[in-house]
Amino acid sequence: MPLLEIKDLTHFFGGLRAVHKFHTRIEPGEIRGLIGPNGAGKTTVFNLTTGVYKPTQGQILFDGQDITGKPPHEIGRLGISRTYQNLRLWGNLTALDNVKIAFYGRIRYGLLGAFFGLRGRSEEERRIDREARELMALLGIEQYADMVVSGLPYGIQRKVEMARALATRPKLLLLDEPTAGMTPAEMEETMEFVLYIRKTFNLTIWLIEHKMRFVMGLCRWIQVLNFGEIIAEGTPEEVQNNPEVIRAYLGTAVT
Amino acid sequence: MQQTSTPSRFGGLYGRIRARFQDVPISAWLVGMLAAVLVEALIGRDLAYMLGLGNLPSFFGLSLIFKKWNLIPSIVVFIVVVYVLPALAAVYLVRWAMHRWRGVRGVAWVQRIPTRGYIIFNLAFVYVVLHLWAASSDYRLLVLRLLGVNIILTLSLNLVNGWMGEFSVSVAGFMAVGAYVSSVLMVWGFVNDDVFGPAVFPEAWAPYAFPLALIVAGAVTAFTALAVAIPSFRTRGDYLAIITLAYLFIVKSSIENIDFLGGARGFMNQPKVADSLLVVFLWTVLAVWVMHNYVTSTLGKATSAVRDNEPAAEMMTVNTRKVKMVAFLTHAFWSGVAGGLYAHIVGYINPGSFGLVKSAEILGMLYLGGLNSVTGSVLGTVLFTLLSEILRPLKLVKWMVIPVILIVVMIKRPRGLLGFQEIRLPFLERRARAEEEVSHAPAGD
Repeated sequence: MPLLEIKDLTHFFGGLRAVHKFHTRIEPGEIRGLIGPNGAGKTTVFNLTTGVYKPTQGQILFDGQDITGKPPHEIGRLGISRTYQNLRLWGNLTALDNVKIAFYGRIRYGLLGAFFGLRGRSEEERRIDREARELMALLGIEQYADMVVSGLPYGIQRKVEMARALATRPKLLLLDEPTAGMTPAEMEETMEFVLYIRKTFNLTIWLIEHKMRFVMGLCRWIQVLNFGEIIAEGTPEEVQNNPEVIRAYLGTAVT
Repeated sequence: MQQTSTPSRFGGLYGRIRARFQDVPISAWLVGMLAAVLVEALIGRDLAYMLGLGNLPSFFGLSLIFKKWNLIPSIVVFIVVVYVLPALAAVYLVRWAMHRWRGVRGVAWVQRIPTRGYIIFNLAFVYVVLHLWAASSDYRLLVLRLLGVNIILTLSLNLVNGWMGEFSVSVAGFMAVGAYVSSVLMVWGFVNDDVFGPAVFPEAWAPYAFPLALIVAGAVTAFTALAVAIPSFRTRGDYLAIITLAYLFIVKSSIENIDFLGGARGFMNQPKVADSLLVVFLWTVLAVWVMHNYVTSTLGKATSAVRDNEPAAEMMTVNTRKVKMVAFLTHAFWSGVAGGLYAHIVGYINPGSFGLVKSAEILGMLYLGGLNSVTGSVLGTVLFTLLSEILRPLKLVKWMVIPVILIVVMIKRPRGLLGFQEIRLPFLERRARAEEEVSHAPAGD
């Protein structure tokens, strides 16, 4: 059974058709790529999957459950998490708090516990603190835990965002351009890193990326989106040589 | 770790003063405050008369500066003799004594009191000092009780304007609802009144029913706040400011037009259940404790996540709608409770006392102290209230001086005095501190 199955997904922004009849099947453990020129609708597909927008039409099944139209926090609790193309950290908080808040869906005390500090609360807070620090240690950023996140270097912020995404204990992780703004050397490092977290946290990964080397190195199966429609899919080699794809990226050759 | 960072942290005159008193335990300062208050009670009145200050000055003689400039030397002498010297003497004495009897069993036992008992003991000590200080004049007592009310209001407003990052101006409206609801309940229950008929319960029960009346008042206020929360939390931006402003005016003109509440003439005869400082002190401590608990819990910190980036918070499993509701309704609840306290402290309320000016005053305290800070809210309220009392002799000019001071603070410290930071209060957080030291030790500061 696929972990994520999307059927016939169509979305309109007013009169603009952003996504048209998108479909996919992602198997557990896979690293899947989604590529396409700017404005092709890749991020919209992610936003539809995570519930930011309600699709005009179509169905999204996650782990055998229909999640179409559910709010993001419920989808997050079911096991989908993501990072953003432009970092969306909570800038005024420390790196540790950024990670801890992502435990929200699994906090085992209620409002009364929070207000009156009943016994269950301090135990739970200690557990969250420990697990968040462990998670940060696994990503090698534990020394930044108590610093305000907006003052951290860009690369560290990216890792904090990753730690935050992992703190919700996802089964499926969506990465929206994980190497945006990186040098080729950093990109190599990020490739290793993606493989590392997939193995460590037993993840399925779906990523959007422009850099072909990155996608080709990680993904076995790639879908190409242009003007909201799938124009090609296949192995990296097949996609790379597909004339439709070349045309979408480079334009038509003048003969 | 401590030694290496000390010289850089303590520079200048302020730094030298801090370094001088660095090893003074907090209990010594409490004893010092007690000594100053006792000396004042013993010789304050006579000394003030001898120095030509007239009666015992209510706020350290500072407001006299604006009346008679030539009294400044006397005021300085008064402050040094009555407050500074006794406090310093007590501080040194306690420090010496603790050093001298370090190994003695009794002292060691005091240091092992469990955190909760230790905190309660210190709070009780603070209360005793305040009580003695307020005992010498009704004016001080009134100011202290209103200060407690303002602390609750400012902190509860900080939840929305600070942690949640929206802008609410309806704090006076919430106060009004709480004040009227609790007043009606208490008058109906315990006073023979023309409108509400004879007392339902014996008057002796009033002090015990008062907490209940306050909680009901807070709950009713929170319920009316739903009318604001439901429509405005569908979006972000300035909507909340506009809707809360509307709420403020609706509440005010509704009360003005409800006859059995006295309309614009006001409402009085509240039973005297908030005349003691203790009642207000306990409610203030409870409110600060509860809200502090909330904003330091992971559940409550999610409020800041909503402020900094709402879509990301929603994706990271935070139920943003619920988080916003909780923050706003908590704000409304405690503002309602504070309004109830206010009504029973003053003993007379009218719609005019809950106008936009009241909201602006609380906003001033909030932004002076700083957003996102429990200690900042308390500090801002204390400073604002003291300033407002000390500058009272300036009359109208006061409301030109205070805004100028606020503007200077905003230029020098745009986030307020303690925006996004807390001052450590060791006497209220001993265990938390010890734990933190342990957990940070391996990381090496």
